[in-house]
Amino acid sequence: MDFLNAMVVLANFVVIPALAYGAQLALGALGVTLVYGLLRFSNFAHGDTMAFGTMVTILATWGLQAAGIGFGPLPTALLALPVGIAGTALFALATDRAVYRFYRKNRAAPIIMTMASLGVMFVMNGVVRFVIGVDDISFADGERFLVTARDFRDATGLDEGLAIRMTQIITLVVAGVAMALLFWFLNRTRTGKSMRAFADNEDLARLSGINPERVVRLTWIIVAALATTAGVLYGLDKSFKAFTYFQLLLPIFAAAVVGGLGSPLGAVAGGFLIAFSEVGITYAWKKVATYVLPEALAPDGLAQLLSTDYKFAVSFALLVLVLLVRPTGLFRGKSV
Amino acid sequence: MMRNVLLFALVAALFILTGALQSWNSALGILNMAVISAIMAIGLNMQWGYAGLFNVGVMGFAALGGLGVVLTSTSPVQGAMAAGGWRILGALIFAVAVIVLARILWLRTTGKIRYWLLAACLIVGAIIFRIIFDAGVEGVESIRPTLEGNIGGLGLPVLLAWPVGAILAAGAAWAIGKTALGLRSDYLAIATLGIAEIILSVMRNEEWMSRGVKNVIGLPRPVPYEVNLQQDPDFVAWVVRHGFDPVTASSIVVKLCYLGLFGLVLAGIMLLAELALRSPWGRMMRAIRDNEIAASAMGKDVKARHLQIFIIGSAVIGLAGAMMTTLDAQLTPSSYQPLRYTFLIWVMVIVGGSGNNWGAMLGGFIIWWLWVMVEPIGTAALSTLTDALSDGWLKAHLQDGVAHIRLLTMGVILLLVLRFNPRGLLPER
Repeated sequence: MDFLNAMVVLANFVVIPALAYGAQLALGALGVTLVYGLLRFSNFAHGDTMAFGTMVTILATWGLQAAGIGFGPLPTALLALPVGIAGTALFALATDRAVYRFYRKNRAAPIIMTMASLGVMFVMNGVVRFVIGVDDISFADGERFLVTARDFRDATGLDEGLAIRMTQIITLVVAGVAMALLFWFLNRTRTGKSMRAFADNEDLARLSGINPERVVRLTWIIVAALATTAGVLYGLDKSFKAFTYFQLLLPIFAAAVVGGLGSPLGAVAGGFLIAFSEVGITYAWKKVATYVLPEALAPDGLAQLLSTDYKFAVSFALLVLVLLVRPTGLFRGKSV
Repeated sequence: MMRNVLLFALVAALFILTGALQSWNSALGILNMAVISAIMAIGLNMQWGYAGLFNVGVMGFAALGGLGVVLTSTSPVQGAMAAGGWRILGALIFAVAVIVLARILWLRTTGKIRYWLLAACLIVGAIIFRIIFDAGVEGVESIRPTLEGNIGGLGLPVLLAWPVGAILAAGAAWAIGKTALGLRSDYLAIATLGIAEIILSVMRNEEWMSRGVKNVIGLPRPVPYEVNLQQDPDFVAWVVRHGFDPVTASSIVVKLCYLGLFGLVLAGIMLLAELALRSPWGRMMRAIRDNEIAASAMGKDVKARHLQIFIIGSAVIGLAGAMMTTLDAQLTPSSYQPLRYTFLIWVMVIVGGSGNNWGAMLGGFIIWWLWVMVEPIGTAALSTLTDALSDGWLKAHLQDGVAHIRLLTMGVILLLVLRFNPRGLLPER
């Protein structure tokens, strides 16, 4: 019984939150890794792309809510998501046209493109703050819980409850669908294969008649879709705040590097790895330990390895470890 | 040459105009921060302009400089060392010993066992460290928590804190450079981005050290206080004789004193940087930047030189950070934001001209002036624009949003300069 209780506590406070957070990070890292693999630079504007997409989605959500359209027990934001993706894709394509294309044509060094992405980051950040402000915005509506802690306790007779929030389940489902679509697209369709060919060897791909501008446009559209989805899921799960999204850049980059920059599978693995380490290291293990360990061994303190304020330190430490031990990442990404 | 003089004259005109139209007090205030920004930009320019290192952790190094001021110049808190200060010190020494041991284990062993040894060493070390450290922290933080609750500093003169801030930043740069240099250039960017966030979260949370979000206020100043000047009859008589208001005059005099100090530092750093850039060492750095393979074929140790310039540049940024904290007379860890402290400095270097110290300095002055002035200019422009609008939601929203225009402006300036004038206002010679 104690063991079951311990498992429930673990699932409630570590496994489920980390799964949801990991899925959000993985979607973000997929965007970073695709830009890196196909456009060959580290996109520092990615966090703000997520914020931009979420902003458009929030505006659309408000519009739907004002029109009285809801999505039953699910958050209205899911209905608004396509609008957000479309808006972000348009913005990303416009940015590419106005900024990145010039450097691509001149075959500028990747670092110059990265620098340009800093400029784009400033602009996007400014736009988001200008349009929607800097405050915390909570836009989740519909049912809050799929299973509440009390229902779970009543149903199972255990001491500990397991609460599953609607947003967590939605995150997992939506992220799973998005990833499945992406991998299907990259591995099975002709266009996806042409994109991978372009990533492997740009010159060879051009020689085989692949239109580079088309690949680039597709990449931006996919990246915008991934970023918006990641941003909206994160915002539903926690809340929307422009600055938080900027700060997500670090765990997202860490996930992409840990998995291996340029490797989509690595990005997903990296996202979950970072999320589980972050949640696991900053979680206070006291409750789990008191259930599992004999009474004499039960900890006095919170048994928390690091305070939650240091969650960035966890992704950073993993990043440094990977850089030291295996710089190409777990899944052997590529280097420029 | 003509271009340089003209551009610097333009900057001078900007500040004089601000002084004449607004007030000399605020013009000097902007100028002081501009000098500090220029020093940060010169430090970053050493890394990017001389060596092509992409450091996006400027904020962290500047904050470490500020921490240096607190640890050096505040007076020690009574009884803090006895209550746990020694314990904390011991724990930190222990942590360093564990890391050294882990490194030795890693180098001396091979095969699967090295991973296990490394993990065991770090985990056991971390647990022992927490046991020593936590009790010490509790002791220190329980001393008059509303006023102090930290270990205080050494009580040394505040000017000594500036080099200390530089050394702290240099130490962090050494650690990060050892890990990330020699890998791909973007890895350094990501690593510095991370270290900056971590330095700030340490400063926000380790109350025994920097009082965290409770801030350290009332740091000692290297210049006289306005109040003392206003009470000094000689000073008052002197300013009244020249027809000034004593309150304004005292504030201006204090700012001028700071300006003198900062100007001296700027001049010193500029002199050293220019001498270094023209020396054989400077030529070697540029040779490495332009072609690493050729330079290493000529027998230059590229990685060591990169580490060296990374440390020097970060030390300069740390020095500027210490100066800034001294100017503010307080350390507020929650006020450090990457857009303001990292990316704005980048805009300065790019706009000014990367690889040229004078360019970086010019960029520091112009961009800081713009950063401060965009908001009032934007407000004025917007209020003329929105005059026609009737009072309502849209007007209020636009007026709220004007505060964020500066980010937009900086982004657009950066993109335009990168595209149309990538070598900056004062290109590298």
